[in-house]
Amino acid sequence: MVEVKFRPGDRVKVMKAYPLGHIRTPYYIRGCTGVVERVCGAFPNPEELAQMRSGLPAQPLYRVRFVQSDVWPDYRGGRDDTLDVEIFQHWLDKAAG
Amino acid sequence: MIERSHHDMGGLPGGKVERSEHDYAQWERRVDALMVLLSGIRGAKKLLTVDELRKNIEAIGPEAYDKMSYYERWVTSITQTMIQRGVITTEELARKMVEVKRRG
Amino acid sequence: MSELGKYTPLTYFQLMEVSLRELLVEKGVVSDTDVDAVAADMKSRGPERGAKVVARAWTDPAFKRRLLADGTAACVELGLDVPALRLVVVENTPEVHNVIVCTLCSCYPRMLLGLPPDWYKSSNYRKRVVREPRAVLAEFGTRIPDEVAIRVHDSTADMRYMVLPMRPAGTEGWNEERLAGIVSRDAMVGVALAQAT
Repeated sequence: MVEVKFRPGDRVKVMKAYPLGHIRTPYYIRGCTGVVERVCGAFPNPEELAQMRSGLPAQPLYRVRFVQSDVWPDYRGGRDDTLDVEIFQHWLDKAAG
Repeated sequence: MIERSHHDMGGLPGGKVERSEHDYAQWERRVDALMVLLSGIRGAKKLLTVDELRKNIEAIGPEAYDKMSYYERWVTSITQTMIQRGVITTEELARKMVEVKRRG
Repeated sequence: MSELGKYTPLTYFQLMEVSLRELLVEKGVVSDTDVDAVAADMKSRGPERGAKVVARAWTDPAFKRRLLADGTAACVELGLDVPALRLVVVENTPEVHNVIVCTLCSCYPRMLLGLPPDWYKSSNYRKRVVREPRAVLAEFGTRIPDEVAIRVHDSTADMRYMVLPMRPAGTEGWNEERLAGIVSRDAMVGVALAQAT
């Protein structure tokens, strides 16, 4: 069992990396900091499944909530507007503060 | 830009969202059905994952990706996946396509 | 099975579909009957299952709590056939409006709402709704006041999302069937509001 590292309310930062392969962490969110909204459970890693491998052990998946103005420098909507994205644990590090 | 894959388009500038909806053609529905069956959703043997489907769609070059319709990308991807998995060979596919084309 | 009576030469991709399917049938991987049955099933699915879920949530607060806690279990509770669906239902309130997208491809709660519309799968929707949701919603004729927060959900992994729209005024005393009739697919994606027309 892969250890579940984060809990709802934790601030997390998305790895700022641009690897090749099948990746489900959108380009626009890499390097951004958000808050864990919920732990979705553990799922086989899609990056591995795409390569016809099992994707096991299942990896913890989180719904992470980002404030829109933290994601887009020119965001013109409300300051409470958010963007929720599901991100696998191996893309996340604990954020400062 | 090579570090951003063409399909990974969230946040890029875009035009007005065209609200058109087309009635799916029967061949498109069959492509959709093949995906469902090969994914093992209806109890058949699982020969494809949605991840392989996506990966093979992402492998379609940007120009072709933009020109192809949704189910054209799907049928391409499903076929590639079947070739990669060894369910069909490229020779079998070639011969079958010639045969079908000849039938008209 | 070709469209009887209509001769048009097959496109390259239609040729591929026929060829792939015939090979798979010859190898016993799938049958034509199964392909037609699954295609017919998907064709028969519109947004009515989703509308039923919404109408129940509007009239039964305990069901609504269960729905928001576990969307799939709540659908199963209603006897809905939703194989392989991991559903998260997000609720519109006077403070928050939700809208769904899949920027990376076109993930959508198909079993609940039927096949997605072309616009949901379009490049322009996938590009813009995460960055300028208000502008995109306005193009759909939906104006969200500034004081309401917009929450965009990008379906990047295994969960599928459905919006629980707010129950409109003027529907007091309506039964579930009547309520389900005013819940549109667009309201369950979040680009429209439910209206008591």
